[in-house]
Order: sequence, then C-alpha cells, then structure tokens
Amino acid sequence: MDLFEYQARDMFESYGVPVLQGLIADTPEQAAAAAAKIGGTVVVKAQVKAGGRGKAGGVKLAHTPEEAASAAEAILKLTIKGLPVNRVMVAQGAAIDKEYYFSVLLDRSNRTFLSLCSVEGGMEIEQLAEERPEALAKIAVDAITGIDLAKATEIAIAGGFDAEIAAKVAPVFVKLYEVFVKEDATLVEVNPLILSKSGEIIALDGKVTLDDNAEFRHERESMERDQLDPLEAKAKESELNYVKLDGEVGIIGNGAGLVMSTLDVVAYAGERHGGVKPANFLDIGGGASAEVMAAGLDVILGDPQVKSVFVNVFGGITACDAVANGIVGALAKLGSSATKPLVVRLDGNNVVEGRKILADANHPLVTVVDTMDEAADKAAELANK
Amino acid sequence: MSIFLDKNSLIIVQGMTGSEGMKHTKRMLAGGSNIVGGVNPRKAGESVDVDGTLLPVFGTVAEAMKATGANVSVIFVPPAFAKSAVMEAIDAEIGLAVVITEGIPVHDSASFWAYSNSKGKKTRIIGPNCPGIISPGKSNAGITPWNISGAGPIGLVSKSGTLTYQMMFELREIGISTAIGIGGDPIIGTTHIDALAAFEADPDTKAIVLIGEIGGDSEEKAAAYIKEHVSKPVVAYVAGFTAPEGKTMGHAGAIVSGSAGTAQAKKEAFEAVGVKVGKTPSETAALMRGVIASL
Repeated sequence: MDLFEYQARDMFESYGVPVLQGLIADTPEQAAAAAAKIGGTVVVKAQVKAGGRGKAGGVKLAHTPEEAASAAEAILKLTIKGLPVNRVMVAQGAAIDKEYYFSVLLDRSNRTFLSLCSVEGGMEIEQLAEERPEALAKIAVDAITGIDLAKATEIAIAGGFDAEIAAKVAPVFVKLYEVFVKEDATLVEVNPLILSKSGEIIALDGKVTLDDNAEFRHERESMERDQLDPLEAKAKESELNYVKLDGEVGIIGNGAGLVMSTLDVVAYAGERHGGVKPANFLDIGGGASAEVMAAGLDVILGDPQVKSVFVNVFGGITACDAVANGIVGALAKLGSSATKPLVVRLDGNNVVEGRKILADANHPLVTVVDTMDEAADKAAELANK
Repeated sequence: MSIFLDKNSLIIVQGMTGSEGMKHTKRMLAGGSNIVGGVNPRKAGESVDVDGTLLPVFGTVAEAMKATGANVSVIFVPPAFAKSAVMEAIDAEIGLAVVITEGIPVHDSASFWAYSNSKGKKTRIIGPNCPGIISPGKSNAGITPWNISGAGPIGLVSKSGTLTYQMMFELREIGISTAIGIGGDPIIGTTHIDALAAFEADPDTKAIVLIGEIGGDSEEKAAAYIKEHVSKPVVAYVAGFTAPEGKTMGHAGAIVSGSAGTAQAKKEAFEAVGVKVGKTPSETAALMRGVIASL
C-alpha cells in the first residue's frame, strides 16, 4: 500500500524525522483555516498518489489564507493522471538552500535492502539515475545490521555529501531507516530532503510503501485508504483475491500462477474472437467450496462488462468433484441472477467424477470443455456474441 | 537421483499440530514421504497418531534432529511466527527447510535470509509461499499432490504452485525427476538458478521446464545462467502477459512496476539465449515432449 504524502509526513514526524508543519484540508475553507494557523507563506499540495503534481497544477504557493482558499479550490477540481484530488495538504513554506535525495527500499534482486542517496536531489530520481548515474550512490543495507550512524555516514559520503553536511543528514537517515523497519515499509523515500537557508535538514516530501503482508502487526484501521473499485470492495468483503480489469471474459481459477496464465490464454483466444479480453483476476485458492465459488461468481456476474465466464480449476489439493459441486451449488444459490454462460475446465484430482457431476446437473448455462486452450477459446467466442 | 530431496530424506514438520500442518502431514505420509516427527514447543514430549502412524512431537528442531536424524523440515507455522521458526531451523543447521507459509512480511523473509547468510548458508531454504518440493516415487516435502505424475527425466522449477501441478499433469506420461516450487514472494531462498544448477548436475534429469511469472528479475538472471552453465535442454513458460502495471496478481511478488518485471522482457531474455518459450502451459508441455522425443 502506498501512503499519501500527508500520511508519510505524519509518520516521519512520529519518528522524529524533521518535517515542516502540514495540515490536511478537504475544502477551501479548511485550507484557509490551516493557512491561518500555520501563518506566513504556505504551499497547498494535492494529495494524490501520482508523480508530476507540480506540472499538473497540483502544487501552489499561497501568501495569505484567502490565497490558500483559492489555491485549494482550484486544486480540488483537478484530476491528476486519472486520480481525482479529494484532499490537499497545506504545508509551511520553506526557504530552500539545497535539495538532496535519500531512500531505502527492498532490493528483490539481491534479497536485501538498498539505500539510494544523492547530494543532487529535487528532480525525479529515475531521471537522475539515467542522466548522472555516478551522482546516485547505491549502498546495500544488511537486514540484520541495518543503518546505524556509521552506516548512515557511509551512505551520505557515497552520495556526495561533504563531511559537515553528512554529519547533519546521517542522524536523519537513521530515523528514516527506523520508519522503514518499524512500519514494515518496502520503500521510504525523501525527495527532496532539504537544507534550509537557516541551516536545518528537513524532509520536504516523502513517499512510503507499506507491506500488505505485515498489516496484522500494525494498527492502521483509521488510516485513509484508496477508494476501491466497487467490485474489488465487494470481493474484499468475501476475502477473495480479485483484481478488476477491462475486458469481457470473467475469470475464476485456483492459484495465482494458473489464474495469471488463464488471463493470458483468454487474451490470445480473444484475438480470434473480436478482441475480447479478460475482465478480471480472481484466485479462489485451494478450497473451492460452493460458498467461495458462489461469492466469486456473484462478484464476476455483478460486472456489467462481463459477457461470459471461464472457470479454470486444476484439482490438486482440492478435488474436482468438490469444485463441480461448488459450481452446481453456486448456480443454485444464485438462481435467476446467474444469466451469463459459464465455460468450465476441470483437470487433475477426481476429474472424471467432477465432469460427471456437471454433466448430470446439465445446467443450461454451463459448457464443460476438456482443455484450458479450448475452454479459453469457447469463453472468448461466447463473449463475442 | 533427484535434486535436494530423495528416498533417504527424513522429514520433520514445524507446525505439524496445526490444521494445515496436520492435513498435509497426512498427505505426505500417504504419498510415501518419510515423516519422522513434528516440532511444537507447547506439545513437546507428546505423540500424535497420524492415520495410524505415531509421530513424536519435539520442542525444538535441534532436538528432533538429534532424536530422529531428520535432515529436512517442512514449515507450516503461521506468518507471525514463521521468521523464528525458520531461524530455528537455520540454527539447528538442518540441510533443507521448506517454507510453505503464505503471507510472511517481507522484512521477516529479508531477516531470515540475511541470518542464513551470516551463518554460512548451511540450510537450503525453499520458499516461502511455495508448494514445496517433490521427487516422485521418492519423497515429497510440501503440499504438491503426490499422485499427479510418476518419476521420469524432466526437472521442473516454478514460481507458482498450481502451474507446477498443471505442468506435471501435462507431462505425466513422461514423468518428473524433481519438481520444485520456489514461491511467489519478493524474497525467496532457492532461486530458479539454484534449481537449474542442481538439475544440470543430476544424472536422472535429462531436460528442464522452467516456469516464471511477472515481477522481479529471477527469469532474466536464469536466462543468463542457462547461456553460460546449462547444457541440458530447457523449455520455459512465463505467466502474466496481460497483467497491468502496478496491480499485484495474487502473489506478493507478482507485480509489474514501470518497465521492470514484465512477461515480455522475460520471454525475450529466454529466447535470446535459445530457450524456447511456450505461449500457453499446453504449448510448453508440447515443446518439452518434442525435446524428450529428440533425445
């Protein structure tokens, strides 16, 4: 999960990372009140999870509460990279002397953590990495020893800081690493980290990505979340692993890899049938009970774009007869609300029994096909009718 | 022969007394795996009757190894406790730890991986978030159904569990030397490359199927490794061509970020080193049947 800038700012503050005052506002009136509270020049910043906010007009300077209100009014009307702006942060203005870059992240490729650091901050880091790779230090961080003051100083010196500034930024790096570990983040990035004209180091803008797998050990119920697509929200309620896509063939399968593969096979089949595409990713996992199958079908049939559904199950741990019973049970449960054709492919454990159950049920919406490739073709054909 | 797991493997199960652990201990036993005990500090000294086999429960991995000679541990411990379970296996220097648990925080995986390195990597870690490893007819450490395929000349390595099953099923007429599911998490112990190296050295493996998916660069690295070090024929499959950027596809590691980790890039990396890539699982299996026929 990516955090909004204001959430990252608040998180930094709670760990003692130096930040400027920042207050959130959902209306121009709230923005004016925030500006009055902070006093002096403020920056009104769109709270969306997208880069390039400045260029899109999502960051404006305001010298008075009235200016802050009109800046907020303009920004709250924006849509940046497809994301509507529902909230702004009113932040204290800063007199910037220098801009730096620091991040710590998960380095999958080397199975460890990595810190990136440069005395040349402010611009997009991808741009810096491309144009002046020598200016961007990449220092491996051991997951056990982490970033202590000595390691932080090593990172700062590698990033091109002189000894005097390195001594100032290193304690901030240590605190940012603490955020990274204690919050179970996969990315903590500060860009820019600034040296103010009065000589202070301040984290001016931050980006934090949290590990969804670690949610169980954090209290984040009150944290603002992204607005989910309504179908994704419904799927989440039933604890289904569902991702909405933009196509016509609904997909249900077991196991993440097999479902990903099913999407691909359907897309290839779609090339022969009017360009139809997969409508979703839905992994029902190991236990394909009637309840889970019904919940999955309910979500998929609720997608008005869906024209046909492909149920692709390999009976490994789950036996195919249980899956077949699940499908028959689900269709009985859904009754007349099930209206779209289902193509079912079963293979593996107890496949003969499973196919027999579907044949005996003889449901008018269900077609049973032997192989994954043929079933994908049939589902694509039905979606193109 | 086979890789990492054979008929002499003596297996203990960490988390055996939990519901998943018990279910799969039964299945492993039914498939002929030599399970010699379980680990649960709260039930140490007890014995559990698993479908007629009486299995002792030990307080620690080290005690279990001492008493039984176990050299493999299969870990079903829930995410919150998985890190300490894996570290315990590393401390005991057991030869192989298979981490089935799904949903382990990546900081925990990074920690136990760093810990393993600091201890000289005496324990091979497979997973986490994987189906485990099976050498058909010899042993099964994990949750792969033991009856999909018999023994044969094909080595299989895959990030995905169900695609492992699917591919074993498609190739069941020929048979499998070892099938290893390395897992779908961002940080895993055994990689595609580790499996390729072992299959290359295994006289019973004549050809290799490699299954990858979007996210990370394990497949690209595997392609480079194949070019330099693998003489046996390899056929590959990559899942996730239609996955959009920024959406996690079920596995915590299956995500395309920017231009990194796309299925297309992985396919091109394989084809650049002469590895044929199947468009679908069935086409991949057909390619492998062709390879075997020409040997």
